[in-house]
Amino acid sequence: MSPYYRPVRFDWWRKRRAYTLFVVRELTSVFIAGYAIVLLLLLRRLAEGREAYEAYLQWLATPGMMAFHIVALAAAVFHSLTWFSLAPRAMAVRIGERRLQPRTILWANYAAWAVVSAIAAWMVLRA
Amino acid sequence: MTSSVSSATITLEVLRYRPGRDQAPAFQSFQVPYREDWVVLDALNYIKDQIDGSLSYRWSCRMGVCGSCGMMVNGTPRLSCAAFLKEYYPATVRVEPLEHFPIERDLVISLDDFMQKLPAVRPWIVRQDDRPLDAGEYRQTPAELDWYKQFSMCINCLLCYSACPVYELEPRFIGPAALALVARYNLDSRDQGREQRQEIAAGPDGVWDCTLVGECSTVCPKDVDPAGAIQRLKLSSALEWVKNVVLPWGRR
Ligand code: SF4
Ligand code: FES
Repeated sequence: MSPYYRPVRFDWWRKRRAYTLFVVRELTSVFIAGYAIVLLLLLRRLAEGREAYEAYLQWLATPGMMAFHIVALAAAVFHSLTWFSLAPRAMAVRIGERRLQPRTILWANYAAWAVVSAIAAWMVLRA
Repeated sequence: MTSSVSSATITLEVLRYRPGRDQAPAFQSFQVPYREDWVVLDALNYIKDQIDGSLSYRWSCRMGVCGSCGMMVNGTPRLSCAAFLKEYYPATVRVEPLEHFPIERDLVISLDDFMQKLPAVRPWIVRQDDRPLDAGEYRQTPAELDWYKQFSMCINCLLCYSACPVYELEPRFIGPAALALVARYNLDSRDQGREQRQEIAAGPDGVWDCTLVGECSTVCPKDVDPAGAIQRLKLSSALEWVKNVVLPWGRR
């Protein structure tokens, strides 16, 4: 009398709404990886000289690539926001006897993000 | 004389499996009286008492404490003693054994896998130096208790395992409830067993299998937040790794 094993469903992400949202969230990283490739190619063209670089810039200005950038930005924002909203659950910070409120941790993360972004923007835009 | 009990009924579709007789489980429908204050477990008890005494399922406390009555109710892992019929009425209620576990009979699942994982995480207070009895109890401040209390509320109902797609695809995964217990004891000021648990918790079937779908915490009837516990374990394991591997002088 052996127990019955139900078959594993490989379309598990369709079973529950939360699963589907999770998969969508994970898939956003595909766009982020794509954006990284675009950026690496940019460096390569830059190394190849002025002509190659300018041709690349022109290609980036085509409607298709503009659309890609908008989608990639949206994916990155979605991924970042959901990531930050999970941060308080991973980080429990105790100061003396008191435990930091989840909200404080959330905003500390956003603040750190803003600072890092500001430094990056300063480095890029200062030229 | 009029009866105050209405004659309304509700349909329950119950997945049945009789080992040795059935090739595969199949649904069987039952009509049971509908009562506002009945939970799914009451309806199952009605079936067992009045319609078919062979129906098998586990339950004990009927008040969300023992953790034995977990079932899939309309596709969601629930404690059947806490799932009210009125949440579903007048629609049909579909009752299945908890997903991702082998079915022993009808709604009864096999607990063997969890029963092996549970002691593996050493869910008790581990001491390097056991104090003599006359040194008194290990004392704890309310703040120290608060630090792990949430993770100690688990009733081992296994709803979280049924909600975890990683556990379905990778049954070796230690899983939400057992890892929440790792956090519960690691965070206890009286415990000194973190090192011992680390081998399992940060091992190949431990916290790094978790992809943070988060449904374990959604279905948990005790607000244990196993997903949160696992993320905290990930963070502390990663920090420890940085200390030991990247910064050699950080090793203690
Ligand atoms: S963590 Fe929650 S859902 Fe999982 S076994 Fe414990 S009480 Fe049940
Ligand atoms: S019967 Fe004990 S938790 Fe439901």
